[in-house]
Amino acid sequence: MNHKNILYIIGWILKLEGFVMLFPLFVAVCYRESSGLTFVFCSLIGIFLGQLLTIKRPNHSAFYARDGFLTVAISWIAISILGCLPFYFSKEIPSFLDALFEIVSGFTTTGASILTDVEHLSKCMLFWRSFSHWFGGMGVLVFMLAILPMGGGGENLHLMRAESPGPSVSKLVPKLRTTAVYLYGIYIAITLLEVILLLFGRMSVFDALCLSFGTAGTGGFGLLNSSISSYSHYIQSVITIFMLLSGVNFTLYFFLLMRRTKEAFQMEEVRWYFIIYTVTVLLITCNVAASQGHFFETFHHAAFQVASVMTTTGYSTLDYNTWPEFSRSLIILIMFIGACAGSTGGGMKISRFIIYFKCVGKELSYLIHPRSVKILKMDGKKIEHEVIRSANAYLMAYIMIFITSLLLLSLNGFDFTTNFTAVAATLNNIGPGLNLVGPAGNFSMFSNGEKLVLIFDMLAGRLEIFPMLLLITPRTWRK
Amino acid sequence: MKIIIAGCGKVGYTLAEQLLEEKHEITLIDKQSEKLKSISERIDVIGICGNATSYLIQQEAGVKDADLFIAVTNQDEINLLCCLIAKKAGNCHTIARVRNPEYYAEIGFIKEELGLSLAINPELAAASKILHLIQVPSALELDTFAKGKINLVHFTIPSGSCWHNLKLSDAAKYGPNLLICVVERVDHSLIIPNGNTVLHEGDSVSIIIPPYRMNSLFSKLGLTTKVIKNVMIAGGGTIAYYLARQLLSAKISVKIIELNQERSEELSELLPDATIIRGDASNEILLHEEGLHQMDAFVSLTNYDEENIMLSLYAHKVSSAKLITKINKISFENVINEIPIGSIISPKYLTAEYIIQYVRSMQNSVGSNVETVYRLMDNRVEAVEFIVKEESKVTGIPLAKLKTKENVLLCNILRYGKIIIPSGQDMIQVGDSVVIVTTQKGMDDILDILA
Repeated sequence: MNHKNILYIIGWILKLEGFVMLFPLFVAVCYRESSGLTFVFCSLIGIFLGQLLTIKRPNHSAFYARDGFLTVAISWIAISILGCLPFYFSKEIPSFLDALFEIVSGFTTTGASILTDVEHLSKCMLFWRSFSHWFGGMGVLVFMLAILPMGGGGENLHLMRAESPGPSVSKLVPKLRTTAVYLYGIYIAITLLEVILLLFGRMSVFDALCLSFGTAGTGGFGLLNSSISSYSHYIQSVITIFMLLSGVNFTLYFFLLMRRTKEAFQMEEVRWYFIIYTVTVLLITCNVAASQGHFFETFHHAAFQVASVMTTTGYSTLDYNTWPEFSRSLIILIMFIGACAGSTGGGMKISRFIIYFKCVGKELSYLIHPRSVKILKMDGKKIEHEVIRSANAYLMAYIMIFITSLLLLSLNGFDFTTNFTAVAATLNNIGPGLNLVGPAGNFSMFSNGEKLVLIFDMLAGRLEIFPMLLLITPRTWRK
Repeated sequence: MKIIIAGCGKVGYTLAEQLLEEKHEITLIDKQSEKLKSISERIDVIGICGNATSYLIQQEAGVKDADLFIAVTNQDEINLLCCLIAKKAGNCHTIARVRNPEYYAEIGFIKEELGLSLAINPELAAASKILHLIQVPSALELDTFAKGKINLVHFTIPSGSCWHNLKLSDAAKYGPNLLICVVERVDHSLIIPNGNTVLHEGDSVSIIIPPYRMNSLFSKLGLTTKVIKNVMIAGGGTIAYYLARQLLSAKISVKIIELNQERSEELSELLPDATIIRGDASNEILLHEEGLHQMDAFVSLTNYDEENIMLSLYAHKVSSAKLITKINKISFENVINEIPIGSIISPKYLTAEYIIQYVRSMQNSVGSNVETVYRLMDNRVEAVEFIVKEESKVTGIPLAKLKTKENVLLCNILRYGKIIIPSGQDMIQVGDSVVIVTTQKGMDDILDILA
């Protein structure tokens, strides 16, 4: 293992975070808030620590898969610890663990909050909370690869692979750095477009920025206790559309940009994404409208809620706890499916489900024709055995972590639905669950130990489990 | 530049690695996804899995925007077909590795018809390189350019040499086919000489001269060189054949030791002037019987790296011959460099080297009328290649009457694949490829050489 290299990269990440902390500082200056001073302090800490770690570039730059995974896991923990300090030092969130929970929820684009009253936070803190979604959404290390000339060869691919969601991560163009630049370019374009459209809805610049960060990163931190419900229908519709767009595999946008439309329309995952979305919205609309009436109003909210949960954003326009059981079950189901691979969304990813279903189909055809030879294909290409293997292992690891977390949480005595959806909402990076942790509730009632479990779940969910598992495996640290 | 490489064996990988260092964007195509995966984890390239001859795969690799397509799979036919398709699909430069001597013999036609920019024969390249090593005394440096056709030899005029105070217009008495291209004075100033330039001892000169005349010239100049008159080659493969043919034409006697009866007979038929010995080259007695200790040079070209290394080590021990060892898979480079086995030749690395040289010259010529640009002598001199496409002020006039700028020298004319070292009576014709040497950078058109 290459400690020096890992520390070097973490140093850069800390420096980078130190610099982006200047954005909330700017907000604080605009609104003349004294709590902005903590950002100066924390920014300096980040830059100082980062500088300390990056004084000397390691000579030996060989970098292996294990190092990549570890770097990503440790980096995320490091940025979370640094990122929570402003909340803690400014005493706006007095408990350290609460502050950590909040920022991990931010960076992992979960959007689960321990705050009972969001509105009492100062503007700069609200901005930092929302910005963390944006920063964590596309990946912090990907951002670093895009803006810093890291040098090195293909090894940096390990970093991108460990951080980007999906069963098989690949580059768009030959150079890793150009790929990262493309991804962030598309990401920034989507965000800006949403800001502009929100401004048309007579929203203030601050609100438009914060909500766009939360949407594009599929995070879900709102600015009001009522999340999105008090905004106009126009704004809610704009957010619905942009949540959906952020949940699409970004490769699609790249293909469209490059005018490779044929390949773009070949992407099975995106097709299924929209099919699943449409079917779920219609089912819920019919189900809810049957009991509560108001077809169009219900359709509007169902479209918003399903987009919010499926892309693992977590905004809400109403409390879906009031929906009938069938609709609530559907919501839980799509929590697990999640968004597309290569998007900013979480969950288990649609492409994995496609692989699972194809595996089942293959198994069935083996039973019928024991000697049949069948190669699984996606987007017209063979799915490599390794991808299938790692997808299967992911499923197992996912279930293991889920069950363990659920058991640990059940010690608290809350009802099953609360605990189950709390784990689902954090492990899938959604935010709100059902019952006590529903859109109207929050995570403040959990004990410190339980919060730690949920923090681990959020990180594991965002990094797709293996980096975090590797971190706690003793074998990793042995020579 | 955007470069696509088909086939990622050793050559493909080496190429990708080195081209990447020169900031090109590399896309690799190979049938084995495993290979691609492990390469793309080591270097910053993108891999496309599939058949490189397929139009769809090439399109996926972005052949439309590519500047160069390099085909180095292990099959000649695939390489040629790849290049043909790439040329039609993307109109990019194409380079193919063609190793079958039959195709290579017809390479002029193939290149012309398929629009191939460069065809590389690794074995031939290796043989030429070995020939240089044998012919060029180690005291001299050698630059090869114009797709390997022209050799520029650098040496310093020793004190007391007959070239001291020589006016260049009198240099003709040292024989035809000699061209002095660049003179570096003792104070490191560079001169592109003309007829009035006078040479002094201590000057560093770069000359173009056919290899077979080197020895006689250098002995006249007082540069003591050990003249190699006989060479023993262990192993009678393709490289050995190419090498022997070239050595024989340079009037050097050749002895080839080959184990296989059929191949020996074939070789003796192909090379009637060479001595073919049928026997095992690793047999000590045989080597002595054939006079290893009297040889001027010993080249080990068997198919096994280990055997080549052992043979060279043995030759080092029993003789004072110049040693050249072929090693296919260069691993453990540090160790190999420490043992006395002479110069190491690796056909695969040579191939990569040639291609990279081509890519560099292509890069240099982007956006101008220039065919290729080679930078020599620490980038202080440019050798620029133009193709004369139409009648102009420079065509049809004897060179002696052409008024050129200072520091410009026309050093070569390539006509129908033949190299002409021009004298004052030669003329430039349409269709010629002309190489000029200059210290003036940024030549854009053949007319720029006129004063």
